[in-house]
Amino acid sequence: MAPLIELRGITKRFGGVTALDDVSLRIEPGEIHCLAGENGSGKSTIIKVISGVYTPDQGEILIDGTAVGALSPPLSIAHGIQVIYQDFSLFPTLTVAENIVLNSLLKDGRRAINWRVARRDAIEVLERLGVQLDPSATVETLPTSGRQIVAIARAVLADARLIIMDEPTTALTGKEVDNLFRIVRDLQYHGIAVLFVSHKMREMLEISERLTVFRNGRKVAEGPISEFDEPAITRAMTGRDLTARRYDWVPTRGMPRLELRSLTVPGEIYDINLALMPGEVVGVSGLIGSGRTELALALFGMRPGYRGEIWLDGKPAHLQTVQQAITEGIAYVPEDRLSEGLFLPRSIQDNAIAGSIPGYSRGGLLDFRRARADTLDMFKAMQIAAPGTDAAVSTLSGGNQQRVVIGRWLMTGARVLILNGPTVGVDVGSKAQIHAIIHGLARDKGLAVLMISDDLPELVQNCNRVVHMQQGRLTGELSGDALTEDAVGDKLRFRG
Amino acid sequence: MRLAASSDMVIAAILIVAMVVIGLINPAFWSLDNLFSLLKSNVVIGIMALAVLLVMLSGGIDVSFTAFAVAGMYLTVRTMVDIGYDGVVLPLLAATGIGAALGLVNALIVHKLRMIPLIVTLGTGAVVRGLVLGLVGTSIVNINKMPRELIAFGRSDILTMTNAGGTTFGLTAMLPIYLGLALVLHLVLTRTLIGRSVYAYGASPEAAKRVGFPIGRTLVFVYVTAGALAGLAGILQSAMIWQANPRDFLGWELDVIAAVVLGGASIFGGRGTVLGTVLGVFILVMIKNSLILMGIETTWQRVVVGGMLIAATALTALRDRKALV
Amino acid sequence: MTTETTPAKPAPQKTETKRNWFDTNLQLAVVCVLIFVVMALLNPRFLTPYNFQSMGFFAPELGILAIAMMIAMLTGGIDLSVVAIANLAGIAAGLWFQKAGTGGIGMVVGGVAIALIAGTLAGLFNGLVIAKLRVTPILATLGSGQVFTGLAVVLTGGPAIVGFPQAWNAIGNAKLAGVPVPLVIFAVICVATWALLARTPFGLNLMLIGTNPKAAVFAGLRRSRMILYSYAFTGFLAAIAGILLSARTNAAKSDYGASYLLQAVLIAVLGGTNPAGGKGSVLGVALALISLVLLSSGFQMMRVSLHMIDFIWGAFLILVIALNAWRNRKSEG
Repeated sequence: MAPLIELRGITKRFGGVTALDDVSLRIEPGEIHCLAGENGSGKSTIIKVISGVYTPDQGEILIDGTAVGALSPPLSIAHGIQVIYQDFSLFPTLTVAENIVLNSLLKDGRRAINWRVARRDAIEVLERLGVQLDPSATVETLPTSGRQIVAIARAVLADARLIIMDEPTTALTGKEVDNLFRIVRDLQYHGIAVLFVSHKMREMLEISERLTVFRNGRKVAEGPISEFDEPAITRAMTGRDLTARRYDWVPTRGMPRLELRSLTVPGEIYDINLALMPGEVVGVSGLIGSGRTELALALFGMRPGYRGEIWLDGKPAHLQTVQQAITEGIAYVPEDRLSEGLFLPRSIQDNAIAGSIPGYSRGGLLDFRRARADTLDMFKAMQIAAPGTDAAVSTLSGGNQQRVVIGRWLMTGARVLILNGPTVGVDVGSKAQIHAIIHGLARDKGLAVLMISDDLPELVQNCNRVVHMQQGRLTGELSGDALTEDAVGDKLRFRG
Repeated sequence: MRLAASSDMVIAAILIVAMVVIGLINPAFWSLDNLFSLLKSNVVIGIMALAVLLVMLSGGIDVSFTAFAVAGMYLTVRTMVDIGYDGVVLPLLAATGIGAALGLVNALIVHKLRMIPLIVTLGTGAVVRGLVLGLVGTSIVNINKMPRELIAFGRSDILTMTNAGGTTFGLTAMLPIYLGLALVLHLVLTRTLIGRSVYAYGASPEAAKRVGFPIGRTLVFVYVTAGALAGLAGILQSAMIWQANPRDFLGWELDVIAAVVLGGASIFGGRGTVLGTVLGVFILVMIKNSLILMGIETTWQRVVVGGMLIAATALTALRDRKALV
Repeated sequence: MTTETTPAKPAPQKTETKRNWFDTNLQLAVVCVLIFVVMALLNPRFLTPYNFQSMGFFAPELGILAIAMMIAMLTGGIDLSVVAIANLAGIAAGLWFQKAGTGGIGMVVGGVAIALIAGTLAGLFNGLVIAKLRVTPILATLGSGQVFTGLAVVLTGGPAIVGFPQAWNAIGNAKLAGVPVPLVIFAVICVATWALLARTPFGLNLMLIGTNPKAAVFAGLRRSRMILYSYAFTGFLAAIAGILLSARTNAAKSDYGASYLLQAVLIAVLGGTNPAGGKGSVLGVALALISLVLLSSGFQMMRVSLHMIDFIWGAFLILVIALNAWRNRKSEG
């Protein structure tokens, strides 16, 4: 039997950057295939090639053994390929039933909609997937897991033969992941192939039959899952054996830098008690929606209705606005660098001083000379490679951009640094440097660092302590020898 | 759908409360005479509101429809006068066609040049108005010159009655046209794929593209239909007021947009119903026309309409509050 | 979605904003010169001092409104109420003179103050509705424009207010060393606004908020307060335009200058302002103003009807949109 889809020698360049370099990928009918790779390895580019969004510069695509020319989104859909993006591409103001049926109506070239039939079809698919969802609820009212099910149901109804899922477990709790895996196996039973795009080791080993690993736009490994174990996958993904060098922090006595006493934000986080000493790097593990980001936002003055107490260096702090938090020395590096962190077309200098503009006011005017000097100092401290302070921040690499976002807070006299996904979308080399810089800030400048991350090795290597969050509460803590990737992973995976 | 239905119910409730209040202040409000004339005032602004609703559902805003209405009306009537043609069906079709053709221009600019619809329609509106006034003329075609059959059509009633004073009044035959159009648009928007594509595109353009909606076709449908409705509204207006004034509809943009927003449509797209819009138009027209009945000077009209728009948008902003963080 | 990392480009690169700023303004300057030359060749009377002086009297009103529009657009908004504010400010001053009399320079200073206060308050109202109630700027200012115009109607009862003092008229009609006073005022506003945007914390705040409102919140910028200030400033500028308008025509009315709204939007967009926010320059707006004023004055001399000039302005707007779209596509590759 011919493979469902086969890519041969695909190359795709963007300007001078080669995103995919002579890459091949084969997916058999009805198999569960895992595509692994770090951020920036070319995973999302290959998805877009398969779904017809990008046309490769070289190489050929075979579907059912026959070469197809250029794919376009409608053509790819017609071949039974459905992509479930991380944002699910649903229509929030429309109902569950309509979101599920729209695709297939469109695919069949229908003009009119018979709502009775449409609703029946939607309910049928949901039943087939063994899930219960109110078909007349609007999608905007659903939790993430519900939206994902709508997206899967939509793909199934549109006669998918291959469903590509881009990082499908990022926002799911343990139970929800189990449920998703059950659905995926059910899809397989019905002859639908699934391409699971992920960077989570355990999931790959648990669900997939075959594995392909990308690194820097190249395919570096491929084979049945039985040929791999965790170290082998890591080696393939990162190109090196991870040295398990930890951040070694010698416990000190004295006043905690940051202390939370039963911090509560109704509906988000409950009764958080946590103390960070100067120089401590504390990791926060937990799924999206566990309250980890809300904890960070509460500390950054974005949850003015919080209850409980926040103490900084032995003094109570009232963090009702972001400005108050910054004045108190709290710095926050948000989750999404591009949409929440940076002013892309503006200069590095503007981005750097954005957190401390009032400090550069002299007689009502901006003191550009001092701003430039401080920015250059920051370049040095953060080891930023840039042509100058005037360059647009959009011209920098992901790693350098992230350093600008972190460096911004060196200029505000931060005492507490909160990092939310500090190295997402940063290449391997830059990642290690950023980690070293964070260590330096903690060790030498005495910052207390709170690091939220999905990246287990990152947490284990960089934190002297990792706390686990679940449903808005702190539910566990690991430190010392107990702090291993397995232990953190177990908490994430099996207590959901 | 449930959400939309409940939002329509709220608007209907507001309407009923407003009617009761106005009726208490001046019972003359409830006279059939007054109600019929209110309904008549709904027709032109209502058809225009349907046009604006369509554009708003797709996530845009249209301020060119008044210019298109003028073009449809004035070009048609002037041509009729010049060639001495009299009739009803052909002129209606002509005005609608002119509006549709102009709408196509909007669609192409919005789709191909990817510019904010507000700015695009500001431009096309000025171009069309400038061309009509500059090339075709500025003189008003008044009742003496207006084609007879068109006037007769505009005057026709489906129901005539005599009040206590002996004067007769009627319910305009334009009302079924308006309500018929509303019904058709409602069916198209809820029962056809092209109608749903408007909602889908308005709710999330990116997702609509990925799912494989033909975006270009959707935008053409939206703007051509909106233009056609505007053209038709224009010629109906001239038939109902027995004159064709190329400077007509100046400043109507606000009233129409206010009515649509009052009717619960969201300027961010993907949210809104025909029923809500029809109710919103009725509320706006009723309150404007009832100011005198309530003993408020007409000089306050604009303040009231502007205030209503701000209040309605503030309420909807609370409803779909999109927190930045 | 995962982000593809790209290596840093080695060549030193100016910020996109600065490069764009230069490109846009250079293009505009070329257009400006071209229009000037063509109009001078077509009309023998175009090059007379009288022509330029008359432009110098009426163009500044429009230019100030366009700068006000640009300020609103910097944060991704728009102000459709600027003309209404301008009229309301003129009427407020007119009522003051009717009540307080027209004698004395003190009265005129009082009138200016009242007009500016009225405009700033109106702008603050817009800012409150937009920043605090979170109403979309288009709808908020469409509605508030009606409210302001409506108030103007209520205050005047309809007809124009006349009988401004001489010194008031001088603001709109006198010359200072041969230069029309409105032009001097416009130049001062240009320089002051430029300094405000390019050299002060407030300007940097507006630019950053317009570039990425979410990132602005995470950087600790006072987003809603800055937006509030920016609309207050827009109202203040509109009031200055209102003073010039009423001073030049010696009258104030609720529906003066209706066509200015479209023209102000056009000039702002033509001047390189991005209606989605984060980009705009005073120099660009000034160059766009000069181009369009030269163009319409030239056409007026050729006895082209005023309506056709409206058409030309609209067509120009569409053309600019098309050009920008084409340029963006080119730079995207």
